[in-house]
Amino acid sequence: MIPDDQTLTEQGAPPTGSGRVLLLACGALAREVLAVKSQHGLGHMDLTCLPAILHNHPDRIPAAVETAVKEHRGNYSDIFVLYADCGTGGLLRATCDRLGVEMLDGPHCYSFFDGNVAFAARDEMAAFYLTDFLVRQFDTFVTKPLGLDRHPDLRDMYFGNYDRLIYLAQTDTPELQNTAKACADRLGLKYEYRFTGYGDLARALTSA
Amino acid sequence: MSDEEEDIILSELNDEELVQQMFDDLYDGLKEEIEEGVNILLERGWAPYRILTEALVGGMTIVGHDFRDGILFVPEVLLAANAMKGGMFILKPLLAETGAPRVGKMVIGTVKGDIHDIGKNLVSMMMEGAGFEVVDLGINNAVEAYLEALETEQPDILGMSALLTTTMPYMKVVIDTMVEKGIREDYTVLVGGAPLNEEFGKAIGADAYCRDAAVAVETAKDFMARKHNQLAAG
Repeated sequence: MIPDDQTLTEQGAPPTGSGRVLLLACGALAREVLAVKSQHGLGHMDLTCLPAILHNHPDRIPAAVETAVKEHRGNYSDIFVLYADCGTGGLLRATCDRLGVEMLDGPHCYSFFDGNVAFAARDEMAAFYLTDFLVRQFDTFVTKPLGLDRHPDLRDMYFGNYDRLIYLAQTDTPELQNTAKACADRLGLKYEYRFTGYGDLARALTSA
Repeated sequence: MSDEEEDIILSELNDEELVQQMFDDLYDGLKEEIEEGVNILLERGWAPYRILTEALVGGMTIVGHDFRDGILFVPEVLLAANAMKGGMFILKPLLAETGAPRVGKMVIGTVKGDIHDIGKNLVSMMMEGAGFEVVDLGINNAVEAYLEALETEQPDILGMSALLTTTMPYMKVVIDTMVEKGIREDYTVLVGGAPLNEEFGKAIGADAYCRDAAVAVETAKDFMARKHNQLAAG
């Protein structure tokens, strides 16, 4: 069973203890990973998630991943870290190399959902991205930490250089599209919708 | 704001109390109160440079320390910066008129492919507050833009900023080009931005990585002092 979004944000999710390969993922990927597992019959893979709010504190990700790898590696034959660089400036890659575990390619989840090659080619410098999870958790990840609930006048200091919000959708969900559009309106950005599905995440899991 | 705070009349405070109150107002991001405080101190005959360093920079230093220590967060720092900007706007023309001391000159800009400028803007403002002349190139700067600014502005320091893992390697492009052109040693190169770290700064050949605006100011001052010492030693 998938914990609710708030739990995934603040606490993450523990492994179930089944399977010989552990997927150590960002909490923001829990639903997507389980969907890919289910679609492709990857029953040999177990999933544990770190708190998704680490997304807002990339400097804490390498240490959190290292702690989790050390905690769980005795129980699995292999661990696959389901993070991209995620703003760690290469430090997560260095940590994973040192620990001898694989991680996802690419700069962040926006890129691997879109497909790393396609994403790099788009060169969308002025785009602000949301995924399914971030649309659902927009206030927790954007509005409140940036203080926009208390100080809406700060909006243009944060977003003045962006020209659009692109919702990279993993699922075709009209309700999320409406919410994403409202998020774009709140940030004063043009709205764009792009269905990505699970992109390179699915490819990485099925070839692991 | 509490009733008690609303009752404070800035013009009735003595200088020491007023500066203390301006520290509090900066901390709370109260732009209008900071502007009022600056004007009162000017009316009392304070030199613009003294107001800048003692009231504004003094207050922002407290904000910077509390940000570093995890007591304040980005929104509060931005509000404080906005308040300081209000005070700086009044002081800037006066500083030029009154011949305030100039510590050094910096050209700063966010690198190509990157539109993020909050950190860079904070550094620019704090550097100005510390007596540096700052030429801000804005966002998305190609190597040519940096080189042209170095040529025309002849700064002591080049500052580069990036927020993305994908754009931070461009700093090395700029530094390598400076090396190729034989001008690297003519400037102190400081780099900063959320995904950067000390190791990266060293690896790309920067003089220093600065983790926040306060560190950038201190580092810049250190390098300027070294430069002066070297010149003095002849």
